[in-house]
Amino acid sequence: MAQIRVENLRKSFDQFTAVQGSNFTIDDGTFFAMLGPSGCGKTTTLRMIAGLELPTEGRILLDSEDVTFRRAAARDIAFVFQLFALYPHMNVADNIGFPLKCQGMGRRQVRERVQETARLLRIEHLLSSKTSKLSGGDRQRVALGRAMVRRPKAFLMDEPLGALDAEFRHLMCGELRDLHDRIGATTVYVTHDQLEAMSMADQIAVMNKGCVEQIGSPQEIYDRPASMFVADFIGSPPMNFLRFESGLRSGDRAVAFHSVSVEVPQICEDRASALLALGIRPEHIRFADAAPVRGEVFGAEYLGTTQIVTVDTAHGRVAARLPSSASVRIGEMVGLEFHSERLALFDVGSGLAIRTANEGSAGHG
Amino acid sequence: MTAAVAKSTAHSIVEASPRARAVAGSLVILYAVITILPLLWIVATAFKSQSDAIAYPPKVLFEPTLEGYVNLFTVRTRQTPDFIAKLPPPETWYDKLVRQRDMVIAGPSKVVPRFVNSLIIGFGSTFLAVFLGTLAAYAFSRFRIPLADDLLFFILSTRMMPPVAVAIPIYLMYRQLNLTDTRLGMILLYTAVNVSLAVWLLKGFIDEIPREYEEAALVDGYTRLQALRKVVLPQAVTGIAATAIFCLIFSWNEYAFAVLLTSGEAQTMPPFIPFIIGEGGQDWPAVAAATTLFVVPIVLFTVLLRKHLLRGITFGAVRK
Repeated sequence: MAQIRVENLRKSFDQFTAVQGSNFTIDDGTFFAMLGPSGCGKTTTLRMIAGLELPTEGRILLDSEDVTFRRAAARDIAFVFQLFALYPHMNVADNIGFPLKCQGMGRRQVRERVQETARLLRIEHLLSSKTSKLSGGDRQRVALGRAMVRRPKAFLMDEPLGALDAEFRHLMCGELRDLHDRIGATTVYVTHDQLEAMSMADQIAVMNKGCVEQIGSPQEIYDRPASMFVADFIGSPPMNFLRFESGLRSGDRAVAFHSVSVEVPQICEDRASALLALGIRPEHIRFADAAPVRGEVFGAEYLGTTQIVTVDTAHGRVAARLPSSASVRIGEMVGLEFHSERLALFDVGSGLAIRTANEGSAGHG
Repeated sequence: MTAAVAKSTAHSIVEASPRARAVAGSLVILYAVITILPLLWIVATAFKSQSDAIAYPPKVLFEPTLEGYVNLFTVRTRQTPDFIAKLPPPETWYDKLVRQRDMVIAGPSKVVPRFVNSLIIGFGSTFLAVFLGTLAAYAFSRFRIPLADDLLFFILSTRMMPPVAVAIPIYLMYRQLNLTDTRLGMILLYTAVNVSLAVWLLKGFIDEIPREYEEAALVDGYTRLQALRKVVLPQAVTGIAATAIFCLIFSWNEYAFAVLLTSGEAQTMPPFIPFIIGEGGQDWPAVAAATTLFVVPIVLFTVLLRKHLLRGITFGAVRK
């Protein structure tokens, strides 16, 4: 198993820059997810780590060994593809044993290792089947088997659950994480599905337009998004942004939100007056008649245990997550009370979060 | 439920009505008859005698003879009956057949070397075109090649005029290079014509093979060439078969260049067949016999690869 380090990695295709100056370190044994919308450069980054794409600039280190321009085969990593890429002209056992055969391992040893891997994945009964006859989940397991059989330094997975249906995806999520824990492998997992990333990863890198916007544990990323993009991308429904114009003083515990004072976590930096955004997660909003920020109920979505109520305020539409027992009438005027310790502040111009006490505690959290 | 289905007069969307099936069937049969009839006529003519072959009205029923085939494979000279009577008795059935017409066999004709030429040039150029085409198509399909679209268009443009339009420059070039009337020259020429078709056809097939397959192989320890050979080619086999048939049909049947560039050594069957002359003109049964033999390899090749051809030409029509 290995530590993976990426230094100033950049990749351009002609005019288009797919990845710009990424830096991160993935520690040995970490389940690392790269999350972002399509076209954000996460797959390109993964392919560069695998050696399927050569970087325009920067370095990739595997256990502090520079592998930037080494052949994919010489890196001792395994890759799991979204479409599984099982060889259609081979059966399951041949597919799993293929990497060992490539290395020139003896036939008997290959058979033993294939058996062992199949047992781990509970697909022993499928070994002699044709890959075309398998269900999506079994194909996924075979693809994993082919990756595991070589006992590589790291697993790279490119949306490995993307081709499965929703119900099965959830099951495979659990299985993948379980497998990761058992073999203790370093895993880099690319996905655009925040639920997959949140539920499986130790560390998440959120990418946007070729840049890594934030790296942190799922909780850090959810609770203390580093930018408006991250705040908007993570969470469903996403974080609400209410824009206002104001200056900030370090040490303040409230901001002047359109002539109303709204309590926020203690601010840690001074700012000249600029366009700011108040970031509020839907679950941090309560209806309170006395609250100064008011709006008209626009609609409600019933979700079982909770409901999402959208409210039109004078400064934008806001989604609130309320218990489904709360009775809400469309068109009703309501007051919105915010959970002040959990609010975030953003500079709209740069899109970056403004440091507050909420963020200051990140190191200990 | 079943009764309702039985009574229903609605059209099934998967099953053709009896009338539609009858129409389709007769169309297919009609087409088969139209295409097979000339072929059958040729095969029959090969077994006719000289006079039956040119009889008017044409004879459908006739007494079969192997004279055509004997004439095709031999060179004969006319002799006086006295001379023939003095010869030792004929050793073989074809000696006898020839002597009945007051002739003796002077030696073998050139049909066998011509046929061998056709085989070598046809299959040789097909192999080369498919081989080069596969490599080029793979490169165009998988790598970022500067000006790839222009190059592909350039390759295709070699097909935009009839090859014969450049016959004279090619003739002059070949004379300079001493390639006229050589098998190598013909193989190179047919390869050059076929390779553009091969690149375009095969690029389509290889584009359809997900690149993840070879990337998986690359990660698992293969080199690019090994991945191509052991992962891509087995999956491209239908496309390669279809392309090979198209290439072979072209180089096998090619006439104009063969007439222009070959006369002795490297002459193929197409220019040889029309000049099989008998006494007093074209020896039609011998021509028909040669044509029959000429058609056999391509029929065999097509039948052998039929399965691939069927899948090959519809491959990629539907996105899976």
